[in-house]
Amino acid sequence: MSGQSLFPRLEPLLPRVRKPVRYLGGEGNSQVKPWADALVRWCLMYPDAYEVGLPNQGVQILYEILNEQPDVLAERTYSVWSDLEELLREHGIPQFTVDAHRAVGDFDLLGVSFSTELGYTNLLTALDLAGIPLHAADRDERHPVVIAGGHAAFNPEPVAAFVDAVVLGDGEQAVLEITDVVRAFKTAGRPGGRAQLLLRLARRGLVYVPSCYDVDYRPDGRIRAVTPNRPGVPARPAKHTVSNLDAWPYPKAPLVPLAETVHERMSVEIFRGCTRGCRFCQAGMITRPVRERSIDTVGEMVARGLAASGFTEVGLLSLSSADHSEIGEMAKGLADRYEGTHTSLSLPSTRVDAFNVTLANEFSRNGRRSGLTFAPEGGSERLRRVINKMVSEEDLVRTVSTAYAQGWRQVKLYFMCGLPTETDEDVLAIAGLAREVIRAGRRASGHRDIRCTVSIGGFVPKAHTPFQWAAQASHEVTDARLRLLRDAIRGDREVGRAIGFRYHDGRPGVIEGLLARGDRRVGAVIERVWRDGGRFDGWSEHFSFERWEKACAAELEPLGVSLDWFTTRERDEREVLPWDHLDSGLDRDWLWSDWQEALRGAELDDCRWTPCYDCGVCPAMGTQTQIGPTGRTLLPLVSTGPGRTGGPGAPDGPGAPDGPGAPDGLGNPGGPGASDSAGRTADAAAS
Amino acid sequence: MPRRPEGPPPPPVVARVRVRFAKRGRLRFLSHRDVARTFERALRRAGVPMAYSAGFSPHPRISWLGAAPTGAASEAEYVELALAEHRQPRALGEALDAALPAGLDVVACAQAAATPLAELVDASHWWIRLPGVAPTALAAAVDVLLARDLVEVERVTKDGHRRFDVRQAVVLMVCRAENDTCAILDTVVRHTTPAVRPDDMLTALCVVAGLRPPVPPEPLRLGQGRLLADGTVADPLMPDRDDAGRLVGRIDA
Repeated sequence: MSGQSLFPRLEPLLPRVRKPVRYLGGEGNSQVKPWADALVRWCLMYPDAYEVGLPNQGVQILYEILNEQPDVLAERTYSVWSDLEELLREHGIPQFTVDAHRAVGDFDLLGVSFSTELGYTNLLTALDLAGIPLHAADRDERHPVVIAGGHAAFNPEPVAAFVDAVVLGDGEQAVLEITDVVRAFKTAGRPGGRAQLLLRLARRGLVYVPSCYDVDYRPDGRIRAVTPNRPGVPARPAKHTVSNLDAWPYPKAPLVPLAETVHERMSVEIFRGCTRGCRFCQAGMITRPVRERSIDTVGEMVARGLAASGFTEVGLLSLSSADHSEIGEMAKGLADRYEGTHTSLSLPSTRVDAFNVTLANEFSRNGRRSGLTFAPEGGSERLRRVINKMVSEEDLVRTVSTAYAQGWRQVKLYFMCGLPTETDEDVLAIAGLAREVIRAGRRASGHRDIRCTVSIGGFVPKAHTPFQWAAQASHEVTDARLRLLRDAIRGDREVGRAIGFRYHDGRPGVIEGLLARGDRRVGAVIERVWRDGGRFDGWSEHFSFERWEKACAAELEPLGVSLDWFTTRERDEREVLPWDHLDSGLDRDWLWSDWQEALRGAELDDCRWTPCYDCGVCPAMGTQTQIGPTGRTLLPLVSTGPGRTGGPGAPDGPGAPDGPGAPDGLGNPGGPGASDSAGRTADAAAS
Repeated sequence: MPRRPEGPPPPPVVARVRVRFAKRGRLRFLSHRDVARTFERALRRAGVPMAYSAGFSPHPRISWLGAAPTGAASEAEYVELALAEHRQPRALGEALDAALPAGLDVVACAQAAATPLAELVDASHWWIRLPGVAPTALAAAVDVLLARDLVEVERVTKDGHRRFDVRQAVVLMVCRAENDTCAILDTVVRHTTPAVRPDDMLTALCVVAGLRPPVPPEPLRLGQGRLLADGTVADPLMPDRDDAGRLVGRIDA
């Protein structure tokens, strides 16, 4: 019988595996609904270990939205570690959910969220353990519909054979619309079966169904065209965009894990999208336009979430949190509200800007000022113009001087290596910057106990960015430059000991690059790697470059292409890219001209403060930038009575602010789309 | 000049309560760190007025007693909470129990006695279910073990491999039968360093008599406290008594 708990069979295996707490479920605010009462049943997966997957906001948001529907049930599953995988196979136990330990194969839909391409092999493990055929073409009415989402799904072609459908963009409304279609389909007795359901979803523009499109290749290996093979499906499936984030204040009750996870805090997304225009940043490109949550909604989400979870730290999430139009007021208001309650606030992403130090000071009023993180990304001024990260050395020195003078002891600097047009000198300039940072710190603080950590990641070109045409640096080049830099830092007698240096070898980045810009032919590589034992490719103890190289040689070279062809080869303007038929809203001509501007070292300003530069997203998607300020402030929370003293604040007290979705929340004077905030909120309310 | 925390020092401790709680069912797979984390969050949700340590990263003042190992269930885990405001132990216990996930259950809650909690606990009573082990086999193994003066086992600790004796810690060891194919090891052990855990006792039975349970054993701590002359352990939340049974120590107001 479907929907039964597998826990009695699983339990005897748990004493034999590492960290059995990963498989228990039972998190605070998790839900188990009766199987028989649900008409549409979703299993949501984050394809990595539990401690990495549990904090994922995307999964938590969809889990809550779906479970709020009376006739819908949603449960979660994560990748099982290799020790349990072995035992599950030995005992014939399938992939299970952590909520009610039900078999994943029993659900109607399996939604998989890909933040990174390195989770693809884990998808195959889960499908195989679930008894779901790896290839979508081999599935029938008994199997769940497998739907991919998340940022990596903006180029889903490498996994096109393994998934039935792909959701592009924001999932909040999309999952409900997909649910509506599935509900109607099941209620009507599944007319036309699985194929018809997928076609219906595709024709409505809800999802991209890879099997509805054919890919033709040229003799030289490049793509000739991607064309629909069914009538009525869109030529270019488009991404979903949620307007009015105040109407979607999720997660309302964050999951509170029993196990230790990678983020031991609650997160509140304060805005979505970013128009800073960093040319390497896929997240910033595909999540446009900027949509802010108002200060009231953020205040309410923090209060409710803390009361429901007992977390002691709140992270205000976004791609560049200090850019929120009311961040100063928000920081002060929250710091006031939670003063003396042992609740700490953090801003995970900060720009190089003295204002950010002020914010960080506000958030650490009574806490330790240990470390601040900034991301100049490029070592030389020239390279920072190429990537459009507009930070001068003076800015950086001024910012860190402020930080050190105000009691911060350590600064962490993030950089990338292998950026387009990069030379050895650009990378060596990182050592010079770090030296200036230490000198400035010593001057500003008056003592020598100052530290700076330089952390470097390899650059991986991604789809839907101006760098989508760029040649990725080979791992030999990346590793050689990082060695030069390491020697330069270590050889600096004046400051070398004050600078920490962290980097990873360049090889995993090459595979990430293959998967990020690969086409459908790369699917065979993924499958071969998986059959050869490839699992958890994001974990250095599991990742094997040789295994990937071998699989590329076996699967790609007979087709006249190769690992290098997909990674270190620069593409020209006319080449059909594997994701060109997927509409992120970005105008391809704009992306190309921005790529050319990058090569010329020309900068581009943020459209929130300067005129629109025609990236194409707003007109293509019918969306608008939504930013404040609203001019409102956060009032102190009022305690609701005994037993609350010293607690994290009472959400339902009389002092709680207006509910979410305050209709007049988003004025946008002077910015693009200034005049229509009323119309936009009306749209959102109607949807 | 290093920064110092601004503002007044944290409020003083005005009361201490001791909580006995159980770790049951699937939550027996929680490690001590998992239990501690879950407790801290539940205390906040329950609005318990905890006292905090001073300094830049204040922590709620919670004192843990040696925890049951990951995978072992327990009816007798103990923790002491330092409060910044007075609370009725019963009401506090109920609020905390409601905030904890099912499976971490408050069994009792009392004002702390004057004697430190750690001094009230020197032994544990374990009830270890051994599915697939015939009681006769276990009884024979227990006899062999009890006949020895010293049974060394090896365990990997965070300091590397460590060899230590199990036998001297065993105060009482009895074989009981659930049925013909499920034996129960009923045993009282002294708290030594390192602590002799259920898996150490099973290793010892394997070393001396080759006992090898076919499926993972299910250990349950029934009680811990001061070892009494009759080989039982006294619940540390009960008022202190001297050897003549008279109440000793002071119960905090």
